[in-house]
Amino acid sequence: MNWRMMWATNVRVLQQLKGDPRSIALILVVPSVLLAVVYWLYQNETVPPGAPRTFDRVGLMMLAIFPFVVMFLVTSITMLRERTSGTLERLLTTPIHKGDLLFGYALAFSLMAALQSLVATAVAYWVFGMSILGNAGWVVLVAVVNSVLGVALGLLCSAFATTEFQAVQFMPVVVIPQILLCGLFVARDQMNSVLEAISNVLPLTYSVAALQEIAGHADATSAMAADLVVVAAFVVAGLLLASLTLRRRTA
Amino acid sequence: MSHRAALPNPATALHPPVPADPAAGTGPGSVTVKNLLVHRGKADVLQDLSFTIPAGRITGLLGPSGSGKTTLIRALVGVQRITSGTVRVLGRPAGDPSLRNDVGYVTQAPSVYRDLSVLDNVRYFGAMHGRGRADALEAVAAVGLGDFLKRKAADLSGGQFNRVSLACALVSKPPLLFLDEPTVGLDPVLRADLWAQFADMAAAGTTLVISSHVMEEAGHCDSLLLLRDARLLAQLTPAELRRRGGTDDLELAFLHLIRADEQAQDATVQASGGSK
Repeated sequence: MNWRMMWATNVRVLQQLKGDPRSIALILVVPSVLLAVVYWLYQNETVPPGAPRTFDRVGLMMLAIFPFVVMFLVTSITMLRERTSGTLERLLTTPIHKGDLLFGYALAFSLMAALQSLVATAVAYWVFGMSILGNAGWVVLVAVVNSVLGVALGLLCSAFATTEFQAVQFMPVVVIPQILLCGLFVARDQMNSVLEAISNVLPLTYSVAALQEIAGHADATSAMAADLVVVAAFVVAGLLLASLTLRRRTA
Repeated sequence: MSHRAALPNPATALHPPVPADPAAGTGPGSVTVKNLLVHRGKADVLQDLSFTIPAGRITGLLGPSGSGKTTLIRALVGVQRITSGTVRVLGRPAGDPSLRNDVGYVTQAPSVYRDLSVLDNVRYFGAMHGRGRADALEAVAAVGLGDFLKRKAADLSGGQFNRVSLACALVSKPPLLFLDEPTVGLDPVLRADLWAQFADMAAAGTTLVISSHVMEEAGHCDSLLLLRDARLLAQLTPAELRRRGGTDDLELAFLHLIRADEQAQDATVQASGGSK
């Protein structure tokens, strides 16, 4: 690892994003708009006094899911471009370490994701009055860890796509099953045993579990920490596998 | 089986060992290739190539499209998986990690970030070699893009875009530079400018290996590697090519060599047909 090269990569990826203000606007604004939709969706819901609103539960989970989905898409397409434009092959003839490249990407996109989740969390709290027991700072942390998860899986999946069209098709394969099984639609203990077993090995499940811990407790719990460690382990595994797909010598 | 084994290997029989390094200058900066073989699927992309590239000179790699030029350059850079043979660059195996600071590679398709400015592109690749802003400005000026520093690469013309890719390789000031068809699609004035620049670099001690399918460019090189159908037809100087081809026109001279090679090959095929 070489910090200068990693930093140069981080700066370069951010410069590329800066050149595309429309994408930045979409990344920052779309989650808040979707949150608004969820808010109005449950507007007429009647809950017994004292019970949490559905928006508090679903909106909270969406705060973690947005950065995951967005960063997965952005990363897999950016990395695919890097592979198909020849810049990756060129980079790999320079002294850059694969880790510098991958962590440079992860750092740049997690900065972007932190901005995104700050905006979305602020809107959820102050505009839609989301109320949970835990601290909003933890929610942002989970959102950022989730975005890095999206980056890691995106970097990995880009190796299996040869066109941008294929790269987008990985979203239904990799992202949607995780959203379906993470506990957003049906609590995991109410799933049949096969689906529950699958959900046990999907990383998003643990992010959502961490959020539920935050929602239910005023202070950080050890269960939340454990969930975050599991997600972080998925991130490291994803980045390691992705680094295996960066070949300096090809046929 | 036995009668086939008795046949001479046409590749070696037809091509007497190429006189190594006709430009006579085997220095420490050279590339040495021995019996390089590259298969892709069942086809030979490179067939038993052996040659030496002189240091501090311009070596032209010429041949028709599909003759294996790009594969050969990739093998020399060390990004091509080879089937057998040895490729030594600056005294080390090609692709050795210690070579990454010393070898520059400009791919045929310009490999730069379209969504970055000219300067940001060059600075990024420079940063990989510990080079700063001043080096980047120098490299951009060297390819004549000093007026387009802030321009996005995607907004440049094709020829300018090509030169950004070149600047990204020049920024690290590598002692050994591989260029895959750097002048393709450029106008004549720009081509002449680039060749003059390559000559300056060679004079300053840089070893350049430049591929092209335009034979008239061969005249700018000190030494030529002529490739055809995955084989090395000859390694010679432009003057020797003119002499052997019996004409001052390098393109005609190369065609003449190819015809002679084809006839020799046909003769072998007939001879081997008769022996069955």
